[in-house]
Amino acid sequence: MANFDESAILKRVFSYILLIALAVVILAPFFIGIWASFLPTMDIAKGDLFSTNVSFNNYVSAFTKTPILRYLANTVVIATVTMFAQLIFCSMSAYAFVFLKFKYQKTIFSLFLITMMLPFEAEIIPNFATIKSMGLLDNYAALIIPFLTSAFGTFMLRQSFMQTPAELKEASDIEGLNHFQFYWHIVLPYNKISMITLGAYSFLGAWNQYLWPMLTTFSNNSRVIQNGLKQLQSEETFNDWGMIQASAAIIVIPTIIVLFVGQHYFKSGMNEGAVK
Amino acid sequence: MLKTSTTDVVPEKKVQAKQRQGFKLNAKDKYYASIFLGPSLLILGLFVFYPMIKTLYISMFLTNTLGNTTVFVGLGNYVKLISAPDFISSMMVTILYVVAVTILTIALGLLLANLASQKLPGISIFRTLYSVTMGVSVSVAAIFWLFIFNPSTGFFALMSGWFNLPVVNWLTSPANAMWAVIITTVWMNLGFTFLILLGAIESVPRTLYEAADVEGVSSRYQFFHITIPMISPTLFFVSTITIIGAFKSFGLIDLITKGGPTNATNMLVYRIYKDAFYSGNYAKSSTEAIILTVIIAFFTLLQFKFLEKKVNY
Repeated sequence: MANFDESAILKRVFSYILLIALAVVILAPFFIGIWASFLPTMDIAKGDLFSTNVSFNNYVSAFTKTPILRYLANTVVIATVTMFAQLIFCSMSAYAFVFLKFKYQKTIFSLFLITMMLPFEAEIIPNFATIKSMGLLDNYAALIIPFLTSAFGTFMLRQSFMQTPAELKEASDIEGLNHFQFYWHIVLPYNKISMITLGAYSFLGAWNQYLWPMLTTFSNNSRVIQNGLKQLQSEETFNDWGMIQASAAIIVIPTIIVLFVGQHYFKSGMNEGAVK
Repeated sequence: MLKTSTTDVVPEKKVQAKQRQGFKLNAKDKYYASIFLGPSLLILGLFVFYPMIKTLYISMFLTNTLGNTTVFVGLGNYVKLISAPDFISSMMVTILYVVAVTILTIALGLLLANLASQKLPGISIFRTLYSVTMGVSVSVAAIFWLFIFNPSTGFFALMSGWFNLPVVNWLTSPANAMWAVIITTVWMNLGFTFLILLGAIESVPRTLYEAADVEGVSSRYQFFHITIPMISPTLFFVSTITIIGAFKSFGLIDLITKGGPTNATNMLVYRIYKDAFYSGNYAKSSTEAIILTVIIAFFTLLQFKFLEKKVNY
């Protein structure tokens, strides 16, 4: 019995060592980057990573000498508008597929499914021409209009809406609710979790866009944070590593906080998406 | 999708179901449908279907530098492309990248998920830490890793100094630059993959492991003969998502290597972008875009098959 306990304890210790070692490896890029963000670039350039000249100077210069706040503001506006638009338009189309019966319903639904197979990256030439002909280059609208809706979001919400109990529909028919009222007062609140999941998903999707904003925006007025970081990096004549790491830290810390807070939703939402 | 598609096969049942739910095709529904579906159809039509058809159309013509089509060549562009050595090498690079990223992402994700599924005090801290890269965007990942890879001041270079090892030129040697992009991509993928696989492992019935414990089966044997088979649908799902994401990689390549050195990381989407927006060769770029579409559509269909199975079960 004593032997068994000993080996069980050893096994536990080994598990913890492995768990901690892997956590260190995964987090190392964060630690190194964030540590460097507190060091003067001079020390970094000398390879003196154990310098004791720790300060917030890089953060101060990132905020005062670069347009990073403008990039952040642009991105927040674009991601927020995209999120609300997708919540509205995806839920509306999902509603139509679940609660309405109309001609060519199957065909239209197949079109939505086909859309999910077509990569946006393969459509940049005509889309660039479309946005250009609309006169929307270098404008928030260029980054929002193509993503007002999404087939994936529609599909995900449709799967969720189908679980809405039939009794709710019957009861609201008796109450004399029309489709708008049923959609707004019953279906949306009932599917709150899926809506939150889609909201987080579409916000992060817009936040992480890279190729499309790179093609369609070229001034600080509309440049988003992903391209802004690249801009900062390429504008510096010699790499101001400290400030660049500080900029990266400024961007990553809020998203990580949001993720930790929303993790519960994410996890259940993603597994729902995977299983349904 | 799949519930309705199964009823397709049995029309009588469908009619019954419709009558039971009181659904009828009526003029009112048509009016509502146009309002509820209109905006989405308009956007998808304008920014997904039209550009796809247009790209397919351009890929069958020669184009001038303004992007206007000139001479119809049918499949000529495709024939020319798949016999061009630079395109073949680009495809090889892309496939190598996709395979390496997928294998490493799944293997490491499984390792992490299996470790974090143990019932140990404080395990939830590790679960949170392992999922942290989900919050990292391409530009942040690139900046963190560029600092690590930098040959003069980078962390790897410093480490080589401490241990008197030769400094590896991560970004200037073709083979190493590929690895630099692969490592960064896998690191970014890990958080998401870990969370999905952890969810799958947690849903494997505990009784299977308890029975195995009674039989005295080793934990390694349990992992390969209980865990892996039980989560194989999720493994399949995560693999297709990873493959699709890797084929569409653009941001990290643009930020870390710009397709170089000597085209060693010039992958498919990067080519599409460069051929159109640098070289003005719209026909070539469109042809490559269609090839990308075929690849992505294939893997998305595989994924739909998976969803179909899950729904029917």
